[in-house]
Amino acid sequence: MNKYILYPGCSMESSGKAYGESINTILEPLDLHFEEIDDWNCCGATEYLGINLIPAYSLIARNLALASKQMNGTRTVVAPCSACYLNLAKADYYMQERPSLGVKVNEALEAGGLSYVPGTLDVRHLIDVLVHDVGVDAIQKAVVRPLHGLKVAPYMGCMLPRPDYQHRWTDHEHPTELDDLLRALGADVIDYPLTTECCGGHMTQIGPETAFELIMRLVADADERGAHLMATVCPMCQMNIDAYQNEMNHFFKTDYHMPILFFTQLMGLAFGKEPGEVGIGTELVSARNALAHIGIEVPVTHEPAAPRKKDEGLPMPRRWTKQEGKEAVK
Amino acid sequence: MPQMTDERVRARLREEDLSLLHEVSMKTAGVSHLEMCIQCGTCGGSCPSAMDMEHTPRMLFAMLRAGMRDEVLRSNTPWLCVSCYHCVVRCPQEVHIADVMYTLKSMAIQAKLYSDSTAPHFSQTFVDMVETFGRSFEFGLASRHYLRHFPLRLPGMLPMGFGMITKGRMAITPKKIKHMDQLKSILKRASQLELTS
Repeated sequence: MNKYILYPGCSMESSGKAYGESINTILEPLDLHFEEIDDWNCCGATEYLGINLIPAYSLIARNLALASKQMNGTRTVVAPCSACYLNLAKADYYMQERPSLGVKVNEALEAGGLSYVPGTLDVRHLIDVLVHDVGVDAIQKAVVRPLHGLKVAPYMGCMLPRPDYQHRWTDHEHPTELDDLLRALGADVIDYPLTTECCGGHMTQIGPETAFELIMRLVADADERGAHLMATVCPMCQMNIDAYQNEMNHFFKTDYHMPILFFTQLMGLAFGKEPGEVGIGTELVSARNALAHIGIEVPVTHEPAAPRKKDEGLPMPRRWTKQEGKEAVK
Repeated sequence: MPQMTDERVRARLREEDLSLLHEVSMKTAGVSHLEMCIQCGTCGGSCPSAMDMEHTPRMLFAMLRAGMRDEVLRSNTPWLCVSCYHCVVRCPQEVHIADVMYTLKSMAIQAKLYSDSTAPHFSQTFVDMVETFGRSFEFGLASRHYLRHFPLRLPGMLPMGFGMITKGRMAITPKKIKHMDQLKSILKRASQLELTS
């Protein structure tokens, strides 16, 4: 059994819940064991670094310090979220590149009775572990329901293949790891040159027009190339393209409907799990029609009610007509 | 040519003042390589949000070299950086461009020199949540941020927010870590420290 230390990240319990759920379904078939870091905290995303340097790195380093206490036959920390992965990897790398940063961070950690020697751990993203440790062949062997005929746009996002401090990827701008993995599942992987373009990151919150433009490019290109859905490795990308697609459509007066699923959800499906088990149905741009192409039926869950028409006014108790009243009395 | 610029150029002739460039480089995590910029412009050409920036990263770095502190800190450029690291992997001089942008943001916040407060407030709200709970709290962050900066976007956002909540993707109560006191003392000590060498 392959053991790893897991840093889940905040979104795994909220907006990226489907990611967390689907990861749990692929561990057993691949003989993986993840042990969560006890009492981990937020990595600060892309926000804390721009406020105050040493606190930002100390926040990240608390997780590294806690993880280094849990090294039980493994020194690899797995982060499924690209932003978490980058922050943890960056802190570890910069504390080595600039030892004075490591000294200051450890001074801060000491206030909480912790310490971390830079370089102790090996921080890696989930897909890196799946493709490079488990291997595409082993993944292919676990497939019981190949996704033949499902056209998938492989979307890697930016924070995973870049800046790539440890040189793990085939390329910084056109890496093929996600393509290989999806192909092993039997999916029909389309050529998607925008695979590492940005989803807008936090711009959906602070400069929506910039973000909508970026989301539009990704969605329009996937649509033009005939993708049924997009596959992502990052909760931030999923959130931006899924939850803001409707608002983006309003903004550009377009009508795109491009579902985006986590690659682990597709893995779960290919491993024979039911859609509900891998969190399908929690996306706002429904993947139902896309999955119907390969005969996977997604049960209807709570669909939000159709918006009322303007002239309907407020819902009022219906008045009985005289005729109806007479019938009721009978 | 305005008088002020003229005088500044004369001052430069007397003694080249690179203190601003050094300050930024020093405050950036890792070895920034900022001094090595050759003004090739690959960064701006690679940037997905350059179209909305007042200055491209290349221009900004030239301004740092010229000691234009106020203009640099007032620029919207660092706030539009989406941290996609396209420029970083393409830069022939290996300048840690995205990290320099983080440094410029924190300097602008300290000097209170930003023209639009949306981004700094968002970062600060996010950090407040993390410093209180140890985890990010999307519902609190989104509601506080949208009420403050995008009240007009709220009606359009309601179906999305409703969907996120009913599908269990957004909790309306925060999660807190067990050892919040430990994290607080680490952050308190950290806030007294600065990167000086």
